[in-house]
Amino acid sequence: MANPARYWREIPQRYRLEAARCTSCGEISFPPRLICPQCRSRKFETVTLKENGKILTYTVTRVGPSQFADQTPYAVGVVELDDGVRIMTQIADCDFDKLAAGQRVRLEFRRIQKQGDAGLLWYGYKCVPV
Amino acid sequence: MRDVAILGVGMNKKWGELWDMSLRDVFVEAALNAVDDAGVDHLDSMYVGCMTSGLFVGQEHVGCLMADYLSTTPIPATRVESACASGGAAFRQGFIEVASGISDYVLVGGVEKMTDVSGDEATSALSAAADMEYEAYHGITFPGLYALMARVHMERYGTTSQQLAHVAVKNHKHGAMNPEAQYPFEVTVEDVLGSVMVADPLHILDCSPITDGAAAVVLCPLDTARKISKKPVVQVLASAQASGTIALHSRKDMAWIKSTNQAASKAYKMAGKGPQDIQVAEVHDCFTIAEIMVLEALALVERGKGGQAAESGMTALGGKIPVNTSGGLKAKGHPVGATGVAQVIEIIRQLRGEAGPRQVKGARIGLTQNMGGTGGSSVVHIFGAV
Repeated sequence: MANPARYWREIPQRYRLEAARCTSCGEISFPPRLICPQCRSRKFETVTLKENGKILTYTVTRVGPSQFADQTPYAVGVVELDDGVRIMTQIADCDFDKLAAGQRVRLEFRRIQKQGDAGLLWYGYKCVPV
Repeated sequence: MRDVAILGVGMNKKWGELWDMSLRDVFVEAALNAVDDAGVDHLDSMYVGCMTSGLFVGQEHVGCLMADYLSTTPIPATRVESACASGGAAFRQGFIEVASGISDYVLVGGVEKMTDVSGDEATSALSAAADMEYEAYHGITFPGLYALMARVHMERYGTTSQQLAHVAVKNHKHGAMNPEAQYPFEVTVEDVLGSVMVADPLHILDCSPITDGAAAVVLCPLDTARKISKKPVVQVLASAQASGTIALHSRKDMAWIKSTNQAASKAYKMAGKGPQDIQVAEVHDCFTIAEIMVLEALALVERGKGGQAAESGMTALGGKIPVNTSGGLKAKGHPVGATGVAQVIEIIRQLRGEAGPRQVKGARIGLTQNMGGTGGSSVVHIFGAV
């Protein structure tokens, strides 16, 4: 088992959707970075991501890693949030046949995976259709 | 900078599930074949492309391991890792070392031993080429990532599942002529579309396999090759590499492999050639959609028309620009660290006129494109018969 620090250091992003907005050009980085990919500025302020957005593209994973075995098959997609930030996330509580690009979704706090022999539960965001 | 040539090439007798061969045996067999083909009695340096021997067999420090078992100590031996572009990136390091004048004879090999772990574990190991915290954490796999790209391409350009299947059909047809290939047999469009779905819209026959294998080449200065080579001499005309974002979702356009386009632009400029000059190409078809998008990024096919290229026969042997005459990653196999070097070998054989039944007649200029992750790393090389 890895040092649990690897898990909890991501909590601000996975639980609270904390991102970094460049105070120079306004670009939002998620996860936060130390240097802005747009303007190379190193000054940021913490912002919270919007919880609503739309699906840009999606797939249904039918052969998944072992830590997702209890969820397979599951939908995963790239979602563009209303602040323009794009994230990779599972699409929960959906009918696979009704998934479509452009579908509006909302982020919710969910269990993501069961990790390792001890079955440690890891949490974070998933999106659900609205 | 000195001009650089390829003096020798070597592969395993066959790629696939090599149960009776260890990581080191797989590599050394291919490397010895390359040394024999080159006809050299010593090497000055070596590079080993390898993606994740640590996760596949628990072995790191493979540069040293391979120098030891190839009996080339004490020459410098360095592992190069850029995910599935490890082989191409290793080749580029060898090229740079010979071009710089630091070494005369450099062996570049690539290797991966993937079948010592279960399919699940192999999928997880390969996922390490993605962003572990913000992609893999959410359960996306590599077939899944390329499926996400495929859907964007299909919705924007009208690319169809049938067109994707035609890439697999073509590459298996080529691979059936390659005795080294893991899957040297043909498949039909119906086979592909009827095979099990892995990540919609990609079927299992849209995916390259899990493979044990190695490939190796020996590089030397062009002037030396002209004097000592017993084979037709092939020169490295260009070497270029580019990086993009590691996460697919960070790309503005998920249906465009920008790093491949950027590496190709640099390579065409360095070689003084354009896409119209390329007569044969080996490209990174880890999934059928990948070949389609890569050909567009290389400007070998018009943007958005990659699907039609496979369907029309344009990229098949006998077509305007034959692509993946070796069978590609799809049929030849995809031992991730070896792939980039094996692509070079197919082009060398084509330009030497040694490709047998899959020979592209009169080929003088060829190209390789090797890619890591979803295009976070791209390596492009251009070769010319001298």
